[in-house]
Amino acid sequence: MLEAQALDIQYDGKTVVNNFSLSVQQGEMISIIGPNGSGKSTVLKAMSRLIPCHMGKVCLEGQDVRAMDTKTISQMMCILCQANQAPSDMTVQELVSYGRMPHKKWYQRLTPEDYEIIDWAIEKTGLSELRHRKLPALSGGEAQRAWIAMALTQRPKVLLLDEPTTFLDIAHQLEVLELTRTINQELGVTVIMVLHDLNHASEYSDKICVLRKGKQELFGTPREVLTTDTIRQIYHVEAEVAYSPVSGKPRIHVCSRAEASKLWMAN
Amino acid sequence: MNMRSSLNVDTSHRKSWILIAIIFALLILAAILSLGLGSVRFPPNEVISALLGKGNEIPDTILWDLRFPRMTLALLVGANMALSGALLQAVMNNPLADPGLTGVSSGSAVTVLVIILLLPEFTSSIPFAAIIGGSIAAIMVYSLAWKKGSISPVRIILSGVAVNAVFGGIIGLLSILYSDRLPAALQWLNGSLSGKGIGDVKLLLPYSILGWIASMFCIRQANILRLGEQAAANLGEKVNRIRVVLSVTAVFLAAITVSVVGIVGFVGLIVPHIARMLVGSDYKRLLPMSLGMGALVMLAADTAGRSLFAPLDIPAGIVMAMVGGPYFLYLMRKGDM
Repeated sequence: MLEAQALDIQYDGKTVVNNFSLSVQQGEMISIIGPNGSGKSTVLKAMSRLIPCHMGKVCLEGQDVRAMDTKTISQMMCILCQANQAPSDMTVQELVSYGRMPHKKWYQRLTPEDYEIIDWAIEKTGLSELRHRKLPALSGGEAQRAWIAMALTQRPKVLLLDEPTTFLDIAHQLEVLELTRTINQELGVTVIMVLHDLNHASEYSDKICVLRKGKQELFGTPREVLTTDTIRQIYHVEAEVAYSPVSGKPRIHVCSRAEASKLWMAN
Repeated sequence: MNMRSSLNVDTSHRKSWILIAIIFALLILAAILSLGLGSVRFPPNEVISALLGKGNEIPDTILWDLRFPRMTLALLVGANMALSGALLQAVMNNPLADPGLTGVSSGSAVTVLVIILLLPEFTSSIPFAAIIGGSIAAIMVYSLAWKKGSISPVRIILSGVAVNAVFGGIIGLLSILYSDRLPAALQWLNGSLSGKGIGDVKLLLPYSILGWIASMFCIRQANILRLGEQAAANLGEKVNRIRVVLSVTAVFLAAITVSVVGIVGFVGLIVPHIARMLVGSDYKRLLPMSLGMGALVMLAADTAGRSLFAPLDIPAGIVMAMVGGPYFLYLMRKGDM
């Protein structure tokens, strides 16, 4: 579905990402995790063609992204960046309707079918009551849902999310992740997201890709990837890993230094 | 099933369209008033009957040779500068952008001044010279502001300041080196409409209409840029190409205007700003509003300049700077920028 092959990405002559490869299958939900500055967002943006790769290539359904028209790509793939800006007088519905742009020529207006899709996306994201609200009047979680609604309106096969839960409180984080899961499971949209919270990554992804210093360290199921050893290796912190009795997925508790030393003593 | 609720969003903008209509109505009123004002005053009803070809209270020379061309020119100048500012603000995603601050106006002014002072035999090519000068300034600003494959708004403003300083310096230098020929250029440099005739209107009008049509084609692209560079790219837009197209249109509008009347500051900055407060940031409404309001503001500035201190004729550029500067400070204090 979406494949990164040996990507090298440079900023100002400095290599930020080095020989990164990732292959994502149709319908999968993938998280990219890693410490700050490990190149997570860079990798995501490169896969979405927002930033150029120095070497390597990105293939979308087997086609080299560079050889594709950017408009064609935008009909198949959507990326939501971390900080989004919109004019302060724009309403939710106006924003959402921009998602139809990739499917329109410059002289075409929105048709009743487009409005049906817009309505569907607004409903799907639970924004029906807020559709005429101006964006600054929304809470962080509502605003993020509005942007996701715009992404849905684009009707993508692949959705890339760059830290969709940053700036949100825990309830809204959960809300956005649940929405993402719904999009993945009900609509079959392939999702790749950059996350900070290991427990979110564990719970909401089929596979996790671990980045460190611009290199892929590990790629596998949450159970394979999220172990005490790897967390120590990647983040240099001690963590306890338990397993959810419901889903069987790892639950991570990051230890304070005092806790860690007590644990170490006990062992 | 919810289709109706989607579609009726258009009607909620009715208020904005009414405001735009009001501005254009005011514009007509202001035009009639302006034709009557001056060293000899005529009441509006006499102006109207003279315009309609009835009644002969107003001598043709005053109405058709002096005031009508000047009034029309003020409308064109204001509309062009306001549109240019609105487009540059879209390109740079920054409400501070305008042809003056980015150096486009002074770039055009330098090349026009070179022709007036050094190559008077090429007077007919002044509009082209202005476009070249404005483009050079724009290219300088963009290349200075270009970093990591994208243009950052802050850098564009800073490089605008630098480019403006360079061109301002050249204008100063030219004025000293050729001070004997300067009187010919002085009125022009100040952004004055005095002494302009129907010839100048005929020169500016076709270019202006061309620029207006071009800017109406920019609406969709300017709107998408409001969502920011990355969101626009995500939606399948070629962001840098959009920026070039919008910039070319904006530079064209500003340059041809500068070539006829010199530097008129603040219209391009303040008018789109007020228009945005009144009708919102959607370019579908912002551009027509800027056009009408720019024309209105410029006409008011020119009419005030020539009638308040009559028989003195204060250049509209000076009136705009004196009113616009403090207003700009007020906006900054209010924290709108």
